[in-house]
Amino acid sequence: MHELAVTQSILEISLRHAKEAGASQVTGINLVIGEFASIVDDSVQFYWELLAEGTIAKNAKLHFERIAGVMTCTNCKYSFHPTDMNFSCPNCASEFVQITKGDEFRVDSIDVD
Amino acid sequence: MTVRIPIVENILNANDRLAEENRARIDSAGVFSINIMASPGAGKTSLIEQTLPRLKEKLRVAVVDGDIATSIDADRAAQAGAQAAIQVNTGGDCHLDAVMLRGALDQLELTQFDLLIVENVGNLVCPANFQIGTHLNVLVASIPEGDDKPYKYPGMYRGMQVLIINKIDLLPYVPFNMDYFRTGVEVLNPGVITFPISAKTGEGLDAWIDWLMDQVKNKK
Repeated sequence: MHELAVTQSILEISLRHAKEAGASQVTGINLVIGEFASIVDDSVQFYWELLAEGTIAKNAKLHFERIAGVMTCTNCKYSFHPTDMNFSCPNCASEFVQITKGDEFRVDSIDVD
Repeated sequence: MTVRIPIVENILNANDRLAEENRARIDSAGVFSINIMASPGAGKTSLIEQTLPRLKEKLRVAVVDGDIATSIDADRAAQAGAQAAIQVNTGGDCHLDAVMLRGALDQLELTQFDLLIVENVGNLVCPANFQIGTHLNVLVASIPEGDDKPYKYPGMYRGMQVLIINKIDLLPYVPFNMDYFRTGVEVLNPGVITFPISAKTGEGLDAWIDWLMDQVKNKK
């Protein structure tokens, strides 16, 4: 997606909370990213090294917790991981399914000294 | 000593907050607003061109047009009867965001209007990720794009509340399996309100106009 804007946002959120906590250094950023929220880890890491330079978060390690996408059949309630171009339920073949996991896109916590 | 601080904050929170401010401004003026999104060439501007004359003397309409460059679309909207047409050039960005819409709202006396139509940048990926503050997102799909688009661009098909299927006059000429298309839509967006239309022949536009008029009436 928009890794530069996303990285700026992550930095802003992290620094704001670190300041509120009176931290002297941010050592880790814990992100939770769902499979359907497209983002490239390496790009975020790359921008981070440029953007965080000169801040108390410059040495922070970015941790990406990936949440696999899950769909749930509204007919038989079976949950499954969808494959490309096929969203129908592998249990009962129903096409009435809903996305129940995989949208996550948040800063979950930060580690500070 | 290292301490963990729980945060749980959405990464695009800053944009979302601004979008809420935009929404509050639009609401307090009693205006109904839509954000029209689609890939380039699906017929966003044509839809607006066909919609405006049908609302003439019924609704006062403002159009905000987002584009990477040029004012072609705002000019077309003004030509078609928009009481105000504002061009927002995104300077290379592939979508409108809440800050850009705020800039456009600053140029409008919102209470003078009933309906605000925002035409997003032609793009089937990013606009869905950036809320701008309008009431509903309208996605314009079109027959020549192909029936696999919901599967390939699920973000956009999930991020809309109204679906327009444009260029249905081309159905006899291009391979397009409507059942396959609709199945993809149904998974991503169950029960979404859908208008099959042709902006060229005018087919299906009456239902769209009636629905739009109802939404504006409910807002008053």
